[in-house]
Amino acid sequence: MYSEKIVLHIPSNMVDKPIVYKLSRDFDLEFNILKATVIPNEEGVLVLELKGDKNNYDKALRYLEAEKIKIKSLSKDVTRDENKCVHCGLCVGICPVSAFEVELDSRKIIFKQDKCIACGMCVNVCPYKAMEIKL
Amino acid sequence: MGKTIAEINEKIKKGEAVVVTAEEMIDIVKEKGSETAAQDVDVVTTGTFGPMCSSGAYLNLGHTSPKFKFGGGRTTLNGIEVYTGLAAVDIYLGATALSEDDPKNKVYPGKFKYGGGHVIQDLVEGKDIELEATSYGTDCYPGKRLNNIINLNDINEAVLFNPRNLYQNYNVAVNLSDKVIYTYMGTLKPNLGNANYCSAGQLSPLLNDPYYRTIGIGTKIFLGGGVGFVSWWGTQHNPGVKRADNGTPLTPSGTAAVIGDLKRMSGEWLKGVSFLGYGATLSVGIGVPIPILDEDMAKFTGVSDEDISTSIVDYSKAYPEGISESVGRATYAELKSGKIIIKDKEVITAGISSYYKAKEIAEELKTWIKKGDFFLTEPVAQFPDAESGYKFKPMKMRKLKGGE
Repeated sequence: MYSEKIVLHIPSNMVDKPIVYKLSRDFDLEFNILKATVIPNEEGVLVLELKGDKNNYDKALRYLEAEKIKIKSLSKDVTRDENKCVHCGLCVGICPVSAFEVELDSRKIIFKQDKCIACGMCVNVCPYKAMEIKL
Repeated sequence: MGKTIAEINEKIKKGEAVVVTAEEMIDIVKEKGSETAAQDVDVVTTGTFGPMCSSGAYLNLGHTSPKFKFGGGRTTLNGIEVYTGLAAVDIYLGATALSEDDPKNKVYPGKFKYGGGHVIQDLVEGKDIELEATSYGTDCYPGKRLNNIINLNDINEAVLFNPRNLYQNYNVAVNLSDKVIYTYMGTLKPNLGNANYCSAGQLSPLLNDPYYRTIGIGTKIFLGGGVGFVSWWGTQHNPGVKRADNGTPLTPSGTAAVIGDLKRMSGEWLKGVSFLGYGATLSVGIGVPIPILDEDMAKFTGVSDEDISTSIVDYSKAYPEGISESVGRATYAELKSGKIIIKDKEVITAGISSYYKAKEIAEELKTWIKKGDFFLTEPVAQFPDAESGYKFKPMKMRKLKGGE
């Protein structure tokens, strides 16, 4: 089973289309909506975790591209500024999916981008403003 | 056989001093025993890095022509209010100061993106700072309005002077309510959703000298990347609390006031921070060297996270209402394991103080001493100790005569 977390930027003329329904019905993909926002007169942003057959997944992406929907991998949208992070660990306690881990001896905080669901909790909580989110 | 600080300094001068971090000392004492450890080791370095709200800097801005009296007027640096109730061109910039137009918690939870701590970091990093001031004008100081750009290099004294740092042990904060709360101990999720702690534990300076035998007024320290001194005991110093057999206090206890030349510090060790829904402050890096004068000091500095425990406090009710009540205890080893059990529930733990940076500080100070760049000092006077009866009191509430 293939699985990927992606960010879709949906043009304003597409916002009222049942995209997720199509992904599920036509491509037999399991979906988990992690975040959905509509910015008036601009676009919709949808963060999805998709699971299914790799062929179907690729076909689904082609469908989305054909509809002029911008697709980005979620992992690139949440980043940590290494110059600002002091490895305190406040993010560890707030993250709902355990995307931060404490390295045992060094007590360094490791950010596991692949686990991140871009909820933004760490961005708000980090006192050093080391976490950034760009959806 | 004991050692004196003078003897240790002689060894440092000759490059013969044995210097280890408080973390390394744990294994040395375990393996060799405290008696041998005391003979072998001369200095143990400690470190801590975390938000310390009672911090700030006083600056002497230099005189303008025509002269301007900041004292008694109103002054801001990058929009942040500073205290002007001093002589004409002396000001005090506090770490938690905010700008007048910061929405604070009117838009809850407030973000507090820029405050006094951030100005201190910008100053220390050599950035230009916008100064705006108004005053009332006098015959000798006629200026009434001033806009200028200042820089750390151009002003006279810039001195970091923190009335309370180095808390000897600190609470673990939890939230027993059913709503998210935003505190100086971080964002606390409802129903024991997380537990935040804030101490370097086994590396923390005052936990390695629990009875303030070597740390006192005049102790030379690593402060914000430069050299500083302990100037007094800190505000809220509370040495009389209950202690474990190893001397470490079971609840927040001793504190220290520190001072040092801001011009020789660095943004790496002084960082402006923002606590969601609470405010802005400054994270400070401090390292204190502890001379191993005798076996007792070896024992004290050999303390490990397993042997230091603290009290878990509910920040939704007990803390804000000033009720001294605990919902349990945990050792720093348990806190650092990532989860603790509170009221039969497994709760995820998170640090506010950076152990990673604390370790870097202890290592850095070790290097300074080994290279012969840093010598130890004898305290000029001791802190009020555990037997002194010195206490941290709550505010006494009284009504004005004839008032409600």
